[in-house]
Amino acid sequence: MELIQKHPILEFRHGNEVTFTFDGQEMKGFEGEPIAMALHANDVRIYRVTPEMKRPRGFFCAIGKCSSCFMVVDGVPNVRTCVTPLEPGMKVETQHGKGLVPLEAK
Amino acid sequence: MKKMIDTDLLVIGGGAAGLCAAAEAAGAGARVTVIESDLHAGGQLVKQTHKFFGSKDEYAGTRGFKIADILLDEINSLGDKVEIRTNTTVTGYYPEEGFFTAMKGEEEYYRIKAKKTVVATGAQERLIPFPNNDLPGVYGAGAVQTLMNVYGVVPGKKVLMVGAGNIGLIVSYQLRQAGVEIAAVVEAMPKVGGYWVHAAKIRRLGIPILLRHTIVEAFGDKVIEGAVIQELDDKFSLIGEPRTIECDVICMAVGLTPTTELFWQADARMLYCPQLCGHVPYRDETMRTSHPDIWVAGDASGIEEASAAMVEGRIAGHSAAKALGLPVREESFKEYWTRLDHLRAGEVGEKIRGGICQVLVDGWEA
Repeated sequence: MELIQKHPILEFRHGNEVTFTFDGQEMKGFEGEPIAMALHANDVRIYRVTPEMKRPRGFFCAIGKCSSCFMVVDGVPNVRTCVTPLEPGMKVETQHGKGLVPLEAK
Repeated sequence: MKKMIDTDLLVIGGGAAGLCAAAEAAGAGARVTVIESDLHAGGQLVKQTHKFFGSKDEYAGTRGFKIADILLDEINSLGDKVEIRTNTTVTGYYPEEGFFTAMKGEEEYYRIKAKKTVVATGAQERLIPFPNNDLPGVYGAGAVQTLMNVYGVVPGKKVLMVGAGNIGLIVSYQLRQAGVEIAAVVEAMPKVGGYWVHAAKIRRLGIPILLRHTIVEAFGDKVIEGAVIQELDDKFSLIGEPRTIECDVICMAVGLTPTTELFWQADARMLYCPQLCGHVPYRDETMRTSHPDIWVAGDASGIEEASAAMVEGRIAGHSAAKALGLPVREESFKEYWTRLDHLRAGEVGEKIRGGICQVLVDGWEA
């Protein structure tokens, strides 16, 4: 993970390291930290692809206000990954298009 | 889970203003519920590594993230008067029924009925138009701070900063603290918008501040690989040769706009005020809006800075507690206004003062 190793002022206290998947690929992140941050630390930049223009989108505001980082998490689309805490074993997927209400979630 | 919760005072937003409002009202004896959409309280304070200015009353000389801890300690010292609900977003206000709806996480909804409410929803980032401004790697300055200062994640290898206001300057410095290279800071205006000390700090690090320059376009295959910048003349028309800058992050520090949806839903009287950076509610001296049970504090009342937000929070919390019929220390109100006037004094406060005089009313008719 691309983490800041040394900082002149801040000390980072991360939670437990857990495993999750992104589009089927296994990754490591910290439990309770936002999904979007864990992805970024794993060098993932594209979180969804827009419905009409098929443009790649990453995150933008990181405070749950802008909708840029919507992804499919455990089958549920349009999850604000910048403010949704990572849980062990989460299945995170790139969202293509608008996202459909799942008929079955976890 | 209970689907309807009752509280004396609902504070929407657990940042600088909201925490101060909660602490003040709870100090007077109110039962307070704070709703915070992020995973932790503290708002933008938790992302600030620099020492604050102002006076001792606003924690001058203390780093932002430590001020958040001080406020949370104050709240904890009040026992169980204040409940802070994180990872929860207020999604709407229903004026006829008089309740708010809230959503925990993405799916758990419930209602909140409050006697009084302080809306301290803060602000959101602005973006300026240029080709490919939607590519991953164009990040708001707050997002960059969240990545590196809250979660310790390296935002990128090389950053182009757009905007030399206080946020652009401070975040540039913070990026260097995190070990990230900065290609340049571009600023369309002919002078630096932020405080001179912040600009001096980053100039000493050898980071170029390119005044009268703007970003013309971003480029990259799927993600940001660089940007094209160009000089501007007095009329903000492009002049000179475009220059290509390689970078993987373009950090947008081009201003904020107040988050005001709930005021609109509550039918509060609003005004578009450029000095306060968007639509804001009219308010009286106690920060009460035209809705008799709703107060405003912090950036939601107009973009200013954290010190003023904290004092406004105190004023709103004080006034809401008084409206709840609780005994408050009357002198505090005058003291808070003295502090606000002090923060807004001089040349740096000119714009804010010009904005506030447009939306400050003498009082609301009973």
